[in-house]
Amino acid sequence: MENNFSTEKKVSEVIVVTSGKGGVGKTTTSANVGTGLAKEGKRVCLIDTDIGLRNLDVVMGLENRIVYNLVDVVEGNCRVKQALIRDKRHPGLYLMPSAQTRDKTAVSPGQMVKVIDHLREQFDYIILDCPAGIEQGFQNAIAGADRALIVTTPEVSAIRDADRIVGLLEARGLEKMDLIINRMRMDMVKRGDMMSSADVVDILAVPLIGVVPDDENVVIATNQGEPLVGTDTPAGLAYANVVDRILGKEVPFLNFEKTISFWTKVTGIFHRV
Amino acid sequence: MKFINLFKRKKSCQVAKDRLKILLISDRINCSPEMMELIKTDIAKVISKYMKIDTENMDIQINAKGSRGSREGKTPTLYANIPIIDLHKM
Repeated sequence: MENNFSTEKKVSEVIVVTSGKGGVGKTTTSANVGTGLAKEGKRVCLIDTDIGLRNLDVVMGLENRIVYNLVDVVEGNCRVKQALIRDKRHPGLYLMPSAQTRDKTAVSPGQMVKVIDHLREQFDYIILDCPAGIEQGFQNAIAGADRALIVTTPEVSAIRDADRIVGLLEARGLEKMDLIINRMRMDMVKRGDMMSSADVVDILAVPLIGVVPDDENVVIATNQGEPLVGTDTPAGLAYANVVDRILGKEVPFLNFEKTISFWTKVTGIFHRV
Repeated sequence: MKFINLFKRKKSCQVAKDRLKILLISDRINCSPEMMELIKTDIAKVISKYMKIDTENMDIQINAKGSRGSREGKTPTLYANIPIIDLHKM
């Protein structure tokens, strides 16, 4: 992999992954986008801002290597560097875990900005995994962000919450945001039982940066603690495309219909009648 | 029977879109359906002083113009559609 950091001017981008609603795939998205960027040779720091309910370490498979965490950094119990876990599988990828035994009030937005500013010098991308909700945890996560990835699923509740988040981010002056639609099922869209990505984009009016199909490989990858970005799976390819688009490349959107085999279509006809 | 239902049934995707559109209008302008109902009855009361109107079929809604509504600095507009039964009540 080409190493061109030294010649490049250091401009880091801080991306918050948020959704409002819980369980739509923020942590999975953070893990895959972060890992994907590292695979592209970028220096990446993932920060789990969900204090009290940390998950990103587990999804990344780094849960056994935690010594210090975000709250330790903020409270001055350790240096920033000590809390960073290096992912041995991908050079340039680090994780700052969150504390499990504390709550959201342990960190303030101002402290968060300070930690991020410190990390900006060493990383190309800082990915913040935001907790669900719009309370202090959310405020902490967005405080230092330059850009937002809004994760939603094609469901009424998730879209409604995403719309609220868009409003709050706009009110904060965070204009650069992109939409990821997760758990898309093309078979359901085709028979009119799920909103299409075009429908969701039309409702939310946020530029689309990726559509991730509902893929059981995501569950398998989470079981194993290894993000599936870049693997030859529908979700792995979709996340790889998201990463490319974040890097500014023009990538056409995948057509997941191809993954539905002819046989499924034939049996599908019989199921319906 | 299922075969007939197949044509009758409104696709659930369309139902979801319709529900969301109404939901998001009230979410974005921070105006509850109850408040809209109050505005509606008040408007009806005032107009009824001057002419006979069809309160059953009147419809009011706030349209947030532009893709993201009032957030982009465009003013939301109140639309009232009030059918008049008799223009010269007096």
